[in-house]
Amino acid sequence: MTAFITSICAAAIVYAVSILYAAIGEIFSQRAGIMNLGIEGIMLMGAVSGFLTVYNTSNLVLALIAVILVGALLGLIFAFLTVTLGADQTVCGMAFLIFGSGLSGFIGKNVTGIASSVKFEKINIPLLSEIPVIGDIFFKQDLLVYFMYLIVPLSIFYIYRTRPGMILRALGENPAALDAAGINVFALRYAYVIFGCAMTAISGACISLSYTNFWNEGMTGGKGWIAFSLVAFSRWNPAGAALGALLFGAISIIGINMQIYLPGIPSQFYGMLPYIATVVAFIMTTGSFRKKPTEEPAALCQKYDREDR
Amino acid sequence: MNFGAIQIEKKQVVSLRSKILNTVMFVLLGLAFSSVLIIAVGFNPIAVYSKMISYSYLNLRGINGSIKAGLPLMLCGLSVSIAFKMNLNNIGAEGQYAMGAILGGAFALFGPELPIPVRLMVMFLLCAIGGGLWAMIAALLKAYWNVNETMVTLMQNYIALLFMDYLCYGPWMAKKQTTPISEPIPKGMYLPNIGNTGINSGVLVAIAIAALLYIFLKYTTAGYQIEVIRNSRKSAEYAGINVRRYILIVLGLSGAIAGLAGFVQITGVVHRVQAQLPGGSGYTGIVIAYLSKFNPIAVIIVSILMGGLENSCAAVQIMGVPSQIATMLQGSIMISVIAGEFFNHYKISFSKNNMISQNKTEGVAQ
Repeated sequence: MTAFITSICAAAIVYAVSILYAAIGEIFSQRAGIMNLGIEGIMLMGAVSGFLTVYNTSNLVLALIAVILVGALLGLIFAFLTVTLGADQTVCGMAFLIFGSGLSGFIGKNVTGIASSVKFEKINIPLLSEIPVIGDIFFKQDLLVYFMYLIVPLSIFYIYRTRPGMILRALGENPAALDAAGINVFALRYAYVIFGCAMTAISGACISLSYTNFWNEGMTGGKGWIAFSLVAFSRWNPAGAALGALLFGAISIIGINMQIYLPGIPSQFYGMLPYIATVVAFIMTTGSFRKKPTEEPAALCQKYDREDR
Repeated sequence: MNFGAIQIEKKQVVSLRSKILNTVMFVLLGLAFSSVLIIAVGFNPIAVYSKMISYSYLNLRGINGSIKAGLPLMLCGLSVSIAFKMNLNNIGAEGQYAMGAILGGAFALFGPELPIPVRLMVMFLLCAIGGGLWAMIAALLKAYWNVNETMVTLMQNYIALLFMDYLCYGPWMAKKQTTPISEPIPKGMYLPNIGNTGINSGVLVAIAIAALLYIFLKYTTAGYQIEVIRNSRKSAEYAGINVRRYILIVLGLSGAIAGLAGFVQITGVVHRVQAQLPGGSGYTGIVIAYLSKFNPIAVIIVSILMGGLENSCAAVQIMGVPSQIATMLQGSIMISVIAGEFFNHYKISFSKNNMISQNKTEGVAQ
């Protein structure tokens, strides 16, 4: 029984990490005032570019660099549209969703369903992995998971404890005030959108290079949207996002396992679980029946135009 | 704003002609951008594009095919348009289409033996109700608890499609079939073609709905009030417009129209219910609505063009080009047109005089 529970917890962490990169990236982007609805499309681009690099070079470092570059490039285009041209962020996000899912299918067609020879393998951390239960759950994971152990505390520290983090929080609340203080609002928004998209692309790579070792069209299956809902769920705080991601991870993994023990219920209904959980969590955290405010950045989704000041 | 010799001014009035010109120009720019990607994958974009155009738009059979493929797209485009018209980002047309097809399809497959016109009428209504009720979940959440409709409608897509999968792989699956499709609906319920043109009469349904929507939005008080809400929700509330009621009406209507895509697709094209019936039409509907600037008449035309685009994949697949090229092109066209929107509102001029005068003023400042 213990073995069963640890295996579920370990799998939940893998699932959680694969959406957490995107969720943290989106937290930074939204705190800077730019909402990127295209997460799903950018994740797919990350997944396919990572897989294509590994398929052709068998080099994981190169793959990760390619994933980050592709994400950053998409972020640059997104920032150009929303920051410079002041386009509607929601519409832009949808365009990226469609573009990303189309382009990833287009360039990945020839390698669909083929397994790659290398992927991020599980690494046992000496000593720590020998702790009973905890070692099995936390310290027998792959590199992308270990990176995440660092990213969560670092991003919390950055947002709440540093000066650039304070500026970032102001960027989404009152960009005009920052502009008046001589800070380049446009450049900062570019930087955070690009960072957010690069992180989102890594989330995709988690799926094609660590969770599995193949590429399939639309293989993210809504994970980008789960990440998106996590942002509001976490109240724009990476710690909350990490907890939420673990929760969603546990729900989906339990769903998959239930299927083995209760085969009477058609698999499609288990498949619906994460989506239903996402909607319910989203309603609970953003519904206006709540007494507490949502803490949404005040300038989120609004273009910053100096002439409107 | 001034950038040396380039001057950017805000435009106050934009004529319809310059709007259309702008859209066409940026669609072409989007295609040019995609050609870079097509070259990167190793194909000749000129060969690919010319093959696609000649297959879908330059002969009668191709045009017929484009209209047929555009049929569900028209209704999805109309569905998204009306929601966007009130700033409601309904991206759940895909799921509403599926739910409409499920409810209407259930009646067509297992309903009582009534006279054919009655059966078609009931099925029509059930498809609209299926889609409308499915959208109503998001509408109620939005109206009463202000829950973001984008997120909810999207999640509903996945749920609806999984439910459809369940039915088509499970209780509805046709006997002696290994693919997830149901038995065909009764022959009498097939929508006929118009005369001997090869164009299905489902198109008339779509055109009628487009015309009704156009009148509704342009000539009724409700249409005017929707416009007011779109421009400013606060001033609408101040003017005493019941915004909450309009959210329910517009999202419900939007869902009902998407559900009707299920009606035309089942009775006019596939004649059965099958898994993944919408096949991305709901998302294409977003592109269509955006390109046609939410004008119902334009939606019909753009849908036929997009239908042709989806059909023409088959022609280039022979050359080895992946069929996903259609979605990719739609995405890049949409991104390009979004960028073009900027030039609808701003005028950019290059002038030497201006540079000289600016240099002068800078000289003075120094």
